[in-house]
Amino acid sequence: MVRHLKRSYIYLIFAFLYMPIAVLMVYSFNDARSRGMWGGFTLRWYVELFQDRTIMHSLYATLIIGASSAVLATIIGTMAAIGIHNSKGPAKKVIMNVTYLPVLNPEIVTAISLMLLFVFTRVRFGYLTLLLSHISFNVPYVILSVLPKLRQLNKHLYEAALDLGCTPLQALWKVIIPEIMPGIVTGLLLAFTLSIDDFVISFFTTGSGVSTLSITVYSMARRGINPKINALSTIMFTFVLALLIVVNVRQAREERKERNGKRAPKKDSPYDPKFGSA
Amino acid sequence: MSEIIVQLKGVSKYYDDTPALTDVDLYIRKNEFVTLLGPSGCGKTTMLRLIGGFEKPDSGTITFKGEDISNVPSHKRRVNTVFQRYALFSHLNVFENIAFGLRIKKMKEPVIQEKVAHMLKLVNLEGYEKRDVNSLSGGQQQRVAIARALVNEPEVLLLDEPLAALDLKLRKEMQHELKNMQRQLGITFLYVTHDQEEALSMSDTVVVMKEGEIQQIGTPEKIYNEPINAFVADFIGESNIVDGIMRQDYLVEFAGNTFDCADAGFDQDEPVDVVIRPEDLTLMPPDRAKIRGQVRSVNFLGVHWEMIVDGSDGTSWLVHSTLMEPVGTTIGLGLEPMDIHIMKKVRA
Amino acid sequence: MRRFTLTPYLVWMVLFTVVPMLLVLYYAFSVPTAGGTTWSLENFSRFFEPIYLRVFLRSLSLAVISTAICLLLGYPAAMIMAGSAFKRKNVVMLLFVVPMWMNFLLRTYAWLTILERSGFINSVLAFLNLPRLNILYTDKAVILGMVYNFLPFMVLPIYSVLSKIDKGVVEAAGDLGANPLQVFIKVILPLSMPGVVSGITMVFMPAMTTFVISRLLGGGQFTLIGNLIEQQFLVVGDWGFGSAISVVMIVVILLSMAVMSFFEGPERDVALW
Repeated sequence: MVRHLKRSYIYLIFAFLYMPIAVLMVYSFNDARSRGMWGGFTLRWYVELFQDRTIMHSLYATLIIGASSAVLATIIGTMAAIGIHNSKGPAKKVIMNVTYLPVLNPEIVTAISLMLLFVFTRVRFGYLTLLLSHISFNVPYVILSVLPKLRQLNKHLYEAALDLGCTPLQALWKVIIPEIMPGIVTGLLLAFTLSIDDFVISFFTTGSGVSTLSITVYSMARRGINPKINALSTIMFTFVLALLIVVNVRQAREERKERNGKRAPKKDSPYDPKFGSA
Repeated sequence: MSEIIVQLKGVSKYYDDTPALTDVDLYIRKNEFVTLLGPSGCGKTTMLRLIGGFEKPDSGTITFKGEDISNVPSHKRRVNTVFQRYALFSHLNVFENIAFGLRIKKMKEPVIQEKVAHMLKLVNLEGYEKRDVNSLSGGQQQRVAIARALVNEPEVLLLDEPLAALDLKLRKEMQHELKNMQRQLGITFLYVTHDQEEALSMSDTVVVMKEGEIQQIGTPEKIYNEPINAFVADFIGESNIVDGIMRQDYLVEFAGNTFDCADAGFDQDEPVDVVIRPEDLTLMPPDRAKIRGQVRSVNFLGVHWEMIVDGSDGTSWLVHSTLMEPVGTTIGLGLEPMDIHIMKKVRA
Repeated sequence: MRRFTLTPYLVWMVLFTVVPMLLVLYYAFSVPTAGGTTWSLENFSRFFEPIYLRVFLRSLSLAVISTAICLLLGYPAAMIMAGSAFKRKNVVMLLFVVPMWMNFLLRTYAWLTILERSGFINSVLAFLNLPRLNILYTDKAVILGMVYNFLPFMVLPIYSVLSKIDKGVVEAAGDLGANPLQVFIKVILPLSMPGVVSGITMVFMPAMTTFVISRLLGGGQFTLIGNLIEQQFLVVGDWGFGSAISVVMIVVILLSMAVMSFFEGPERDVALW
């Protein structure tokens, strides 16, 4: 009985969380003018979506910025994590605290601070400013995904590589990087998703007609409801769901591998709400 | 005697002003099995890391076959290391772990295949080539670590507490295997451990260390039978260490009595440490003994009994004997002059 | 090697984290004059004018209310999910986080469709011959939007703390004579405090600073502190005042985090994570 009550509560919460998405998805196939009514099944909004040049341009911009900022943030962040891991004392503390700053700061503060930077340095607002902003808010998340992997490593691994004849650079490339690869991939995926999801920072740091999907949706939504957005939501939700399944299957496999290896349990893994399920 | 392969001269190493090694001199001969023995923090691992090239000495020189290698980086030294907790590469399988060093040296594939196969046979891991190293047991991981180092044909193999993570039975087996491998391959082994039994049973030479300084260098027999000071005596096996005074050559006073002994050359009335192994104390009737006491506790340890005896002068004695007296009995303890080891006081 | 890996990041960090924050401080503490700028606290004194204070208090109260609702809804949810009501906990948790992966704007936009006059809810109500519900463009809609968007931020940290509690501890409490309510109050609740604290911080902070939810669900005239900042930068062009409000925001959030970490005790080493 109690168990049923408990379950029902969770089902209610789930209903609350999924209802808006479900409504959007259903309406995306609705042919009626009045949105309260069901006017029959249609793919019209999907066709119109793909014919909408503004949306398609912003989709393109979102993917380009998402992919390039994720890759660059992963390179900078992975190197940074290795550097931070190998440093000691007060310097390390200062670096870690400054690294946390963009994570802890309200988004809007990060956004306006970057905007001021670009105004101050007279960089033209557009692709470049957008890319730089996205890299800078992604780097901390990459660092926080990679650092725990480094902490898990046997501290003699790097020395073992040197001992077997590697130069320091070879040791990094042939041993350390492959060993922390799961963390790097997690960081990359996280950065890509955060970049695609971002609105606030993009909103303040874009210009000259460059618009991401979030910005386009914002300006369309301010003018009221638009069935094309419903279609877009349905596609994005499906895409994100697929990505999420890939990530979770990967993580599950990784953990099983670690359990079999009887390695130390994961410690200090950065708590990220989006990866909290694993 | 074979040639000297590694030599340390006046080597010191500091970590943030705390000395880890102070002015150490040591040489290692070819084909020798040398063990660095001491409690944690004694500098034994630091010494290994200096020879491996992972640390640089703050002063002094390290030579390899007469050539100064103090500043040669690790990857250019002809020594290899078996690390604590193995440090295997978990992204590579067993074969690739062992082949790692050969691939770095860009050896030809057939050569690599042959050498790795030979190693796998040596460490009894044939058929494990494709296995994920994380799926191996501790003992198997240990063998991979050894094979990975040995395949590079180092002139000296450094082993940093390689058996510490294994359980007792496996540890004993691996001790034998390591010793056999060393004999078979004729490679110089420098072995670090804090386990005195391990050190005594495997080594040609034992180096006992304490607080960054070498206390004694010698064969296991010599270290055990003739410890140079109370620290070594205590660290190598259990000992009774009591305060004594050297009355004259071959005569020492302790526990409220004077005893004949085998040592000479001390000042008259010099305070000394008297070291007596628990198995050298024999039970005898109290009226005939110079040491008398009451049995405080008795423990059966399999081969012998361990008794703690409270002496009448307040000293307590650890006694190992195949005979037993019940708790509370007053007994006497006997001693041969040869079993009384007199040592200079390390500190006043 | 450390120099090689760390230096690029240090340069990056100074350029894109430290310098921008210093610029915010610079703009906040200065005002333009005929010849350039001069140091001043004028921007801050403007903040204490009644209209702006009212905006601040309104943001604060909405953020507090949404945080409280999230806690009330979220704690039981986290407890049930961490408990034994479901066999496949991982799947339940996964289902719980999936909606979060949807674009934040689209999620908020979805409520427009549901809440509007001829929207989903009103269609259902009309079908049942019930009176219409008109909460869109009010405080209620904004709170709803905040709760919807931020609820997982409350549940996840509490869940992760609760699921790490050693079952033996709970059993021991029972064994020592505590009834289920006492076990909860004396054992589970105190042990879960770190999760509650980070949950509260993680909901309160974005709720306090959002300008998207209030703009979309609260309508054009609806102003929260986030909207105020946005306006100063993108409409009015008064960067000094906008920066000053941002600095106040940071201070408020730091203060709330300090208060929170006081409650949570000294066990954790990193502020939010």
